[in-house]
Amino acid sequence: MSNFLDKETAFFERPLTATSRVLILVAVVVMLPVFFFPLWNMSFYSNQYRDGLVLHIYSYQLEGGKTPNRDDLREINSLNHYIGMRPLLESDFSEFTWVPLVVGLLMILALRAMVLGKMSNLVDVFVLFVYFGLFSLWSFYHRLYMYGHNLDPTASIKVEPFTPPLFGSKQIANFLVNSYPGIGSYAFFAFAGLLLVAILLSAKKRKLTNGRREVSPGDEV
Amino acid sequence: MKGNHSKLTWYVVGALSALLIFFVYAGCAKKPTVERGDVAEAAIASYVAPGDTDEYYLFYSGGHSGNVYVAGVPSMRHISTIPVFAPYPATGYGFDKESKEMLGAYTWGDVHHPALSETNGDYDGRWLFVNDNANNRMARIDLRDFKTKQIFGPVPNISGYHGGSFVTPNTEYVLAASRFSVPLPKGTYEPMEDYATKFKGIVAGLAIDPNTGNMSNGWQILMPPFDFDLGDAGKAASDGWAFWTSYNTERAIGKLEVTSTQRDRDYIIAVNWKEAEKAANEGRGVKTIDGVKVIDPKDAPGIVYLIPCSKSPHGVDVSPDGKWIIGSGKLQSITTAFSMEKVLAAIQNKNFTGEEDGIPVLDYEKVREAEINVGLGPLHTQFDDQGYAYTSLFVESAVAKWKLGTWEVADKIPISYNIGHLATAEGDTVNPDGKYLIALNKLSHGRHMNVGPSQPESSQLINISGEKMKLIYDAFTEPEPHYAQLIRADKLKPIEVYPKEENKNPNAIWDMKDASITKNGTDVIVKLIAVRSSFEPNKIEVNQGDKVTMYITNIEQTTDELHGFGLLEYNMNVVIDPGETKIVEFVANKAGVFPYYCTNFCSALHQEMQGYLLVKPK
Repeated sequence: MSNFLDKETAFFERPLTATSRVLILVAVVVMLPVFFFPLWNMSFYSNQYRDGLVLHIYSYQLEGGKTPNRDDLREINSLNHYIGMRPLLESDFSEFTWVPLVVGLLMILALRAMVLGKMSNLVDVFVLFVYFGLFSLWSFYHRLYMYGHNLDPTASIKVEPFTPPLFGSKQIANFLVNSYPGIGSYAFFAFAGLLLVAILLSAKKRKLTNGRREVSPGDEV
Repeated sequence: MKGNHSKLTWYVVGALSALLIFFVYAGCAKKPTVERGDVAEAAIASYVAPGDTDEYYLFYSGGHSGNVYVAGVPSMRHISTIPVFAPYPATGYGFDKESKEMLGAYTWGDVHHPALSETNGDYDGRWLFVNDNANNRMARIDLRDFKTKQIFGPVPNISGYHGGSFVTPNTEYVLAASRFSVPLPKGTYEPMEDYATKFKGIVAGLAIDPNTGNMSNGWQILMPPFDFDLGDAGKAASDGWAFWTSYNTERAIGKLEVTSTQRDRDYIIAVNWKEAEKAANEGRGVKTIDGVKVIDPKDAPGIVYLIPCSKSPHGVDVSPDGKWIIGSGKLQSITTAFSMEKVLAAIQNKNFTGEEDGIPVLDYEKVREAEINVGLGPLHTQFDDQGYAYTSLFVESAVAKWKLGTWEVADKIPISYNIGHLATAEGDTVNPDGKYLIALNKLSHGRHMNVGPSQPESSQLINISGEKMKLIYDAFTEPEPHYAQLIRADKLKPIEVYPKEENKNPNAIWDMKDASITKNGTDVIVKLIAVRSSFEPNKIEVNQGDKVTMYITNIEQTTDELHGFGLLEYNMNVVIDPGETKIVEFVANKAGVFPYYCTNFCSALHQEMQGYLLVKPK
């Protein structure tokens, strides 16, 4: 048992290879689109909206499709009011303030791991990030659930409470609703993937340059 | 006396029989035989599949309906109506404060000749001008939103505004002329017997602001009491000139049908408008009549000339290169082409054969280039991109196609029936497209389903892209199509909603919580929101006799989400487009409870979009 723990300690104390460090830097750069591109895209198609109403969810804002002839966010809210759904208001989403902050923080932590070059720091960032990612997904799903279930009982059109799809397509009344991750989410996945590769690349015991095997504390000499 | 009376009776009987024969003949006229193959070809040529849109916009005048109609070509589908000189509840035109003020006291007008604004002699798609033959007004429609933006007039001194709305090549001026001469200024009384001397005609140019399109009085020219009919602005080789036809140069009164048709030739009036502009600015030969600078050609020579033209000419049309002035004497069988070069030479050499009230008459032989034997009753001429001209023949009920330069008639097509104006694709610009010709016919004689005695007019679409003209579609139009304009669809870029940022009305509101009712003595100001599917406020209480002003804002920003505001038994209906604010003013003189509701269908809960005006009795 103590042997195993010792091995673990050795693992966390392990230095990062140059390749892993470069990968961390790449991961940080790959994460940048989160600040410019939507995390999630939703579109709503019906006979009246053959070109589809679109909604882009960014890490920092909510944006509807905009043409000179239509403001989609406004339109979605106009339509939703008939079934008593709360209007989608940017100010209702605290996520738009804390998500970019956390993403920035994780990027700084990743850079820190790169500079310190120690496995433990990198694993910390990875674990935190996975937790944050899963929490965000749950939070988003919860939002969708709440919007679809907290319907105003005085609404003019009564519908069964529903949850808009988180991933995929679903027919809701006369609308085909599509919901898919956007470039921002792909940046998220790529960030996590790159960190994981960086961990794996530095996880193997390596021969030292003088031909001796790397010695970890607890190894029998 | 008794003998005279019976003679008159015989005349009337004779005339009626002639008319009867004419109508019976026209009614039985053989329909052009159509081969099935031709039908298929015509069907494809005019078919626009569901969801597809047309190649050209057709703007055609609605005559005494006071409207302008918009259709697509080649489908000929009527798409929209633009109310201009008459109230139109369908769009709430003439009910809200702004349009009510624009219409003034008039509830009708006689829309005549639409003219698209031009830059360098080509349509620029900015504005459409239309004249009112009845109440002497000129209107400007903005093609950004297809709405009437200005009604100018009644124009001082113009009486019977028929000789418009032709624009100069850079829309410097829109032409105007009096069809019915009267003593001036308007409001002056003179006995009818003094017509020849005391009654005055006017030809004029209304000035257009190049940026805003705003119209104002430009220059006017005092003319003998002829009846000025139609016009056209010179272009390219004839740029700087304006032309009008005239009839009744006999200066006759009474039964003009007879009295005004005695001379073999009447005149085309040629005006050097650049000189007229200069004279008006310098005050040369100018007197002020009813607040407008009017040039008397007697005192300002070198501006106006008269060109003799075959009997009672109707249309005068300038060829795309500006070299030929085409005049059509409606009571003869020829169309006359005048050479601009020869006109300028004749003026230079003073080849005059006489004068009318000090205005020189040019020598017909010196300026006439050709007399084209087009057929009976030529009226108007349009052009294509291959150097051909197309002249409508009212009496013959046909269109003649003939070549500019060789003056030979190349083809003729029968029309059903009695064509008046015609319009080809961009056919009055420096750069016509050819392709399509629309015959705007005065009589339809039951070519349509029977709708009783009040019959529609007809518009026929003719393919002119080949050697032979081919009839491809019959459309039936509301009265009264006087001329039309065909403009390529991609030249127009209309908006579909009014952007919120452009709404400058200080009383526009965009949030339900800003809706308000403010009372100041007997003045009640209501700021109202219309949105799917409610009015806010939905209850308005006033006292009988209160003056109510409502600012109704449609806060939608989605295409086609229009809302109406109809108030029961107060004779009120306005329609508010997305992003628009309309002002409604009325005195609540009837006590009681008056529902208001959305008149323009908007949504599944449109029926619920309603409210109440409660008027407390005094």
